[in-house]
Amino acid sequence: MRLENLIIDDEERGVFRVRRRAFTDPEILQLERERIFEASWIYTGHESEIPSAGDYVCRRVAGRSLILVRSSDNVVRAFLNSCPHRGAAVCAAGSGNAKNFTCPYHGWGFANTGQLVAVPSQDDYPRSFQRADFSLRQTARCQLYRGFIFVNLDATITSLEQYLGGAKEYLDLLCDQSEAGLEMVSGHHLYSIRANWKLLAENTMESYHTPVAHKRYMGYMADRGVARKAMKRKGFGEILGQGHIAMGSAPPLGGKPIAYWSPLFPAQKKAEMQAVQQRLADKFGPEKAARMSQMSRNILVFPNLIILDLMAICVRTWFPVAPDYMEVSTWCLAPRDEDSTTRALRIDSFMSFFGPTGFATPDDVEILESCQHGYRNKEIEWSDLSKGLHKDKPTNADEAHLRGFWRQWHRLLTRSRDS
Amino acid sequence: MTEISAMVATRHDITRTMVEDFLYQEAALLDEWRLEEWLLLLSEDIIYEIPIIGMEQSSSDQTLFLLADDAQRLRGRVKQLMGTATWAESPRSRTRRMISNVRVRDAVRDELNVSANFAVYRIPQQSWRTEDGSNQTECFVGAYHYKLRSGETGLRIARRTVVLDVDVIRPHGKISIIL
Repeated sequence: MRLENLIIDDEERGVFRVRRRAFTDPEILQLERERIFEASWIYTGHESEIPSAGDYVCRRVAGRSLILVRSSDNVVRAFLNSCPHRGAAVCAAGSGNAKNFTCPYHGWGFANTGQLVAVPSQDDYPRSFQRADFSLRQTARCQLYRGFIFVNLDATITSLEQYLGGAKEYLDLLCDQSEAGLEMVSGHHLYSIRANWKLLAENTMESYHTPVAHKRYMGYMADRGVARKAMKRKGFGEILGQGHIAMGSAPPLGGKPIAYWSPLFPAQKKAEMQAVQQRLADKFGPEKAARMSQMSRNILVFPNLIILDLMAICVRTWFPVAPDYMEVSTWCLAPRDEDSTTRALRIDSFMSFFGPTGFATPDDVEILESCQHGYRNKEIEWSDLSKGLHKDKPTNADEAHLRGFWRQWHRLLTRSRDS
Repeated sequence: MTEISAMVATRHDITRTMVEDFLYQEAALLDEWRLEEWLLLLSEDIIYEIPIIGMEQSSSDQTLFLLADDAQRLRGRVKQLMGTATWAESPRSRTRRMISNVRVRDAVRDELNVSANFAVYRIPQQSWRTEDGSNQTECFVGAYHYKLRSGETGLRIARRTVVLDVDVIRPHGKISIIL
């Protein structure tokens, strides 16, 4: 397998290119599964989705079927949804509350802590049979950071906090928006893109495409009274290390339900949002408060969690199924103590931009599928990511932070697992 | 009131056939991309929504739906769809709607609650999708729940709830048309 020459990273010559084979080769996807998805902390869900003992949600994560459950001992665990006996799924519902999970095949029953508690006709087993050998299998590790639940499939990598590193501060900026904490709004958007998974990382984490690909959202905002000059924003792109990247801009495009009014919102919300801004400034100081409430921000936690803190907070995760097909899942995150009118506004804002029916996502889906299709033209070997390469302070419309993602991707892909 | 007796109680002047004609006419306007004319079928308090399966009873104020448009948002949606910057519908896809099992569930004063089954096929037309014949025909299947209001100018749509039987939008990836 040739892994050399996947990237040209030459600052002196001002060249950064990615070989398009990285988006099309099944062998590269197999390596990504082993060296990236099975060797990273992967976002799985939010604590607020399983608030009470016994609550569970089923999630497909890195090709595994997981049951994410708050066990009776209040510990959050991630189980592989497969009976240790012969393999059937022990949980068929997508979410719910259960003290036990019972396999529909032979009736083995498991407590929500994973222990095997019922084996029909156990007397027929040899004396060496131990129930303790057949607990539901957990992922190697499952840890939380401020409500975000991550798993990893390889116990040898660093702890979640070390892994998150520079991304932690950005998660904090988000979580500090509410003293009561954040919660996932019920409901989800589950969709797909017939394109390589890395194209969505690129697409979500740069603003160069926004005025062109999202021209219709700009048009919609203009029709709703947003001044065209307010759509011209100043921003930054930042490499946070270990593949994590961030970008942001101000003022927030489309407003921000936490505390930045826009003509897209009802007029009576204006004073209310200014009051929240003031409250945040009193608590955190004007600088941090401005970062929280008057900036749009996207962060990518390597490899596949993106949180968009824009006109609503969108939590997005996605997995490759084939080199040219990914499955995307998104949720709407909100302050727990938000009043009902702001909550309604937030959800409405979310749907206006994000999701399979929004005024932005369908065009991204269309264009990414077109990119992937374009890679059939094998004569064109490289994609270019050199925008802003010569700048000291690259912006969100540059590609410096994307290069941070790609460098980490390349580092993990080309290392051997033992090193 | 049972559904049977509700049907008996349907306004004398509006028959199921008239409701069917109305739905077929609406489907034709959508299939023919006569979306500005379609807007004229909607009342000013229109809600057009696509809930997530299992959450049909909740409200889009508190639950994330796939879509929940009021009149203003819908006019914006139509303007974009008829414009040139909606890349997902540029060029416009061809669509074909099949509507059946139309039931007038109840009628109170000037309002009728109507349900119907649908299959909406979407065939994208981008050259790169059609050039090799694999143009990836999509099909959306589900039920419509309408609140129709009868007035001087005929029937108008006050609520249009689209309940998909699969709300995991895979492998479609998007719902870029009005379902």
